[in-house]
Formats: sequence, C-alpha cells, structure tokens
Amino acid sequence: MNLSLVPACLKSCGRVFTEALYEIFDESAYTRFLARHQLAPSREAYAEFLLENEAAKSRRPRCC
Amino acid sequence: MRKLVRVLIWLLIATAGALALATIALHRGEEINAMWMVVAAICTYALGYRFYSKFIAAKVLALDAQRATPAERLENGRDFVTTNRWVVFGHHFAAIAGPGPLVGPVLAAQFGYLPGTLWILTGAVFGGCVQDFVILLFSIRRDGKSLTEMARSEVGKIGGLVAYAAIIGIIVILLGVCALVVVNALKASPWGTFTIAMTIPIALLMGVYLRRLRPGKVLETSILGFALVLLAIWGGQWVSQTADLANWFTLSASALAILIIVYGFAASALPVWLLLAPRDYLSTFVKLGTIAMLALGIIGLRPTLHMPALTRFIDGSGPVFAGKVFPFAFITIACGAISGFHALISSGTTPKLIRRETEARMVGYGAMMAESMVAIMAMIAACVLQPGTYFAINSPAGIVGQAPEAAAGTISNWGFPVTASEMHSLAQAVGEQTLYNRTGGAPAFAVGMAHIFSHSLGGHALMAIWYHFAIMFEALFILTVLDAGTRVGRFMIQDALGHVWKPLGRTSWYPSILATSAMIVLGWGYFLWQGVKDPLGGINSLWPLFGIANQLLATVALCVATTIVIKMGKARYAWVTLAPLVWLVAVTFTGSWQKIFDANPRIGFLAHARQLAGGPATAMTGRLIFNDRMDAVVTGILISMVAVILIESAILWTRVLSGSREALVKETPFVSTRFAAEEQV
Repeated sequence: MNLSLVPACLKSCGRVFTEALYEIFDESAYTRFLARHQLAPSREAYAEFLLENEAAKSRRPRCC
Repeated sequence: MRKLVRVLIWLLIATAGALALATIALHRGEEINAMWMVVAAICTYALGYRFYSKFIAAKVLALDAQRATPAERLENGRDFVTTNRWVVFGHHFAAIAGPGPLVGPVLAAQFGYLPGTLWILTGAVFGGCVQDFVILLFSIRRDGKSLTEMARSEVGKIGGLVAYAAIIGIIVILLGVCALVVVNALKASPWGTFTIAMTIPIALLMGVYLRRLRPGKVLETSILGFALVLLAIWGGQWVSQTADLANWFTLSASALAILIIVYGFAASALPVWLLLAPRDYLSTFVKLGTIAMLALGIIGLRPTLHMPALTRFIDGSGPVFAGKVFPFAFITIACGAISGFHALISSGTTPKLIRRETEARMVGYGAMMAESMVAIMAMIAACVLQPGTYFAINSPAGIVGQAPEAAAGTISNWGFPVTASEMHSLAQAVGEQTLYNRTGGAPAFAVGMAHIFSHSLGGHALMAIWYHFAIMFEALFILTVLDAGTRVGRFMIQDALGHVWKPLGRTSWYPSILATSAMIVLGWGYFLWQGVKDPLGGINSLWPLFGIANQLLATVALCVATTIVIKMGKARYAWVTLAPLVWLVAVTFTGSWQKIFDANPRIGFLAHARQLAGGPATAMTGRLIFNDRMDAVVTGILISMVAVILIESAILWTRVLSGSREALVKETPFVSTRFAAEEQV
C-alpha cells in the first residue's frame, strides 16, 4: 500500500462528504441557481431561489 | 493470485457472517453482545451487494454504461443535474431515512430480537434493496417518471389509479400514526414539550438568519440551530423542575393531538415558509448526526442484548400489539426491510441526479442497505433494555393496569422481572414523572439510545439529557414528515380535483388550498384522535394498518417492476421481483384478513367491535365501535386495491408471455453518453 496516497484519498473523501452536505442542504442548488441566472449572491437572489426551489420541494414526499 | 486473494476475502466475510448469524439465531438462555448483530448485518449486506445486486445489474437490468441518463440529456441545472454518485447516495439516503426504521424494530422487539433482525436482513437484501434499485433504474430509463406514471403507462390505467389511491391512503395513515408516536412521547412531559415548542422560535430565528444575515448558508445556519436546540434541551430540564413553568408545558394527549392537528393544517394552508424550511434543514441535520452518533455509540460501547432471542409473545398475545410473529413482525417492520414509500423517492428526485446508469446500483441498492442498518441499530437500542423495562414502557394501561405496582406485577408474571421502584428510578434518571404506558416505540427507543450514549459519553449524569435529545430528535423528525406529507397530500388531491374542476387544481387558489388541506388533515387527524382515545394505546390497531398500507405500496411497485422485467424479455429472471412480491402478498393478505376477521378482539377489528357492543355501554362505546368498523373498511379497501393491481398485472404478464400481446416497454430511446468518451480521452 502506498502511504503517500492516504492524504489525497482522505482529502477526496472529505471533499465528497462536504459536497454531499451542500447538496442535501440545497447550497449546491443555490450555487447552480446563481450560475443559471448569472446573479451575484444577495438577499434578493436568495429570496428568488427560495421561491423557485420551494415550489418544487414542497411536492417531494418525505419518507416514513 | 489477486483473484485467489479476493476469493479468500469473500470466503472470510461469508464465514464471519454465517458465524454471527448462527450466534444470534441459536443462542438460547444467555445474553449475547450486540456486535454479533452488527457483524451479521455488515457481512450480509456486503455479500448481498457484491453478488446479488451485481447479478441483478448484469443479468436482469443489463445496466448500460454507454446510455445517457436523464440528468445528462435533460440537464437544466434545476431538476436534472448530473451529480457525483456519492453525493446522490447521501441525498437519497437522507430522503429515505425517516422515523419508520427507528420505530418499527422497537415495536417488533416484543417478539425477541431474532424475528425482527432476520426479517430486516433478508427483507432488505432480497426485497427492499431490490425494489429501490429496480424502480430507480426504470425511472431513469423513463426520464425520471414517477411510480404512478410508470404504473399507468406500463401496467394500465387501473394500475395507475391504484398507485395514486395507495399513495394518498398511505400518506393519511402514516401521518396519523406518526403524530400518535409524537403525542405518546410528549404527553405529560414538560421537558420534551418545551424542547419541541422551542424549535419553533429557533426555526424562525434560523429563517431570519438565512434570509437576512447569511443568505444561502444553510449548513452554517443548521449548525447554529443545532446549538440552540441543545440549549433548549438543557433549558427543558430547568423548566421541568420549575413548578409554574412545568404546568404550562404538561399537556394531555388530547391537548397535544389538537395542537398537532392545528399545526399540520397551518403548515399546509398558510405561507409559513420562514418556519418550515429551516425546520426541515434542522431536522435533516439532527437526523444524519444522530444516526452517525448512534452507530459510533454502539461500536464504542458494544452493549449486551438483554432481550431474549424469542419471547413468549410470538404466539400472538403480545402487549405492544397483538398478533402472531407471522404476519405481524413483517408488517410492523416496513422501512428497515422493504418500504413502498421508498419507491416514491426512487422515482422522484434521485433518478434526475444520477450521472451514469451503472451508478443506480450503488445509490438504489446501497442506500437501502444503509437504511436497513439504521433499523438494526434501532433493534439494538430496544434490546439493550431489560425486557421488563421494555414491556413496562411499551405496554398500554389497558393491558398491564394503571397503577405502577399492578403493571410491574403483570409484567413480572410474564417472566420479565421489573419492579415499580426500578421504573421510578429510571423515570427520575431520564427526567420524567413516569415511563409507564408510553406506547409508540419512541420513548423505548429514546431510553435505549440514552443508555448507549450515556455509557459512551457523560455517564449516568447525562442520561436525562440524552433521553430528551432522543425524544427531540424523533419528534422533530416526525413533525417534519407531518408538515411535508400534509403538503404533498394536498398537492396530490388538488391535481386530481383539477381534472374535475380546473380552479380546484390551481395550487395558488386559496379556497382550494384550504379545502384540500382540510381534507388531508381531517383524514390523518381522525386516525390520530382515534389512537389518542383508544384505551389500548392506539398503536395496537394503527401501526399494523400503517404497515399494511406501506407494504401495499411496495406491492404496487413490485408489480410495476415485474411487468417491466417481463416486457423486457427477461421473464426467466422475473423471480427477482416476483419472490418479494409473493411474500408481500402473503403477508398483507394474511395480516389484513386477521385484522378484519380474527375472532380475538385484540387482533380483529370486527371482533373488538362485537365485544364492545356486548359489554356495558359507556359514553365512548359508540365511537370505539365506529372506529373499529372504519378501520376494518379501510383495511378492506387497501387489500382490494392490492387484489386489483395484482389481477391486472397477472393478466398482462400472461398475455405477454403467451404472445397475445406485444411486449412494448415505454423506455426513452437510447442516447449515447458523453461521459464514456470523456473517460477514454
């Protein structure tokens, strides 16, 4: 086993872990929203994002 | 040489799994360590994933790495987004993990740890994981279509209608039962009620922080909210010890039920996003963190299971719920083994995020394995309790008696010694006035979890904090399911009514919003109220009803899956979905028949109604008889729907196999993925 690979592997795991958290908590969706509409982060942009996102989100079932 | 090493490793895993399973299955009369259960589960999942899911992926579904997914073809940065497979895995797991896998195993522990554990493992590997995996893949191949749409297009119009009705039915029953679990956990508990009440201002504060101070920083806001919730738990202890404040937060089951019904209606009908969205994030954060902490706690403590492998209650005389181990263990544990509700998630957001078709195996099959592991942890949390304690918490007063001494005496006579003073000490240790008659599974799970956490971190002094942390976690979790479920149900009814009269389908038209919200809330509110007023605690009649409804939805999903497999020309492999389907049909039909017609009044709704009618008339008698008859009718409707979709599917299978009908699958045409080319470069 090549020990020099361990930190890179851990880094990669950490990155995927935080990416998963950003996706679960809709931060990635907000970033994509900003990119799609070419907006800078702001209160107004976030309010618009919530309006768009929540309409879709409220139709998603939550599992038992 | 490498191949030989691999073979040896898998032989080792198989041997370890077999040894662990033999230990948990064959040990009688002595306590075993929970790690045997953990090892058995991990090895079973590893073998199931490596061999069975690979077989399904290769032979049955023929996953195609060259085929573009809807996330790639229809990418719009909003609904369809190509996403890293581990990220989709986490997203999917967070969506399917609900209170079900925590509560079901705790209730089924009345049979002993063995029946529930074996069902969780086999049910997941051969049923639940398969269902989630195949439905996910079939949805991917149909541009992310929902289960209802697939049922309509692949099975027939009746199939689509049954799927729709089943989803509405399960939502109503699920929400009623979930609300009952919360009520039973919070009644006469000022500490728990205060903590949950505080999540409302905390969520509002989070909402303001998220919108005004740090727009979009959800994770940061959730961490802040979590810290405030911990503060609320700590404050709850002070509230419970301050007489005036404690009185404010000491609520009866009826009062809590009314509050929850009002909350559900408000959450659906009023624009309260400032409250709901942050609560949703907070709930997810606490859920994922607690599950991880519980896993670490079990591994760190390696607790001993005090519950025997089998109890005398496999004969159907159980106090938690009545009914023999077959079929009731298999209905009680749904989400940890197989849950129809997962098919909605697998045909919802997840298929629109998958980057490569081959990743459906890891996400669909793999995430359900993780969910099943949560159920195993819940089983461990219940079984680390002394059986006497477990039964004292979970048995309704109608079975064991109201007075502590009488309850302790009855339970001790069953062969599970417990004393009133032991229960009093335990109640004091967790900061409650009493732990008797707390049916519903949540308090027993919370005591087990507090036991594991306090022995791993903080010692006995923190037992009360951990207990209320667990109660807060479950209640927060369930209330999120409640408000989200009410809204989803409202939208579904609006969609349907929109076909009758267009304005009713407009989701922004207030009369329609109020009317459809009221319909859903009255539906689950009825079941909640029925449970609260039931002298047997409500769980005895309602949890099996919920289990039947959930397994019915799984039956619909497996009918759709089997139909598609046969139409794909893979009839020789149809047993992969047909076997769990046959098992579920056996379970739901037997369970429903017994719940309606069994002569034992504790099992059969109609027998119970007859018993009440023949007994002394009280103010409650008429309503209880009506409730029993209503439950019998609901169960009958559910099972009739299973019969309808089964018959429609079976006719279709016969026609396709005999060649009298063309096997036409409604897949999206093949488009080559760009990712394959990118990989080669």
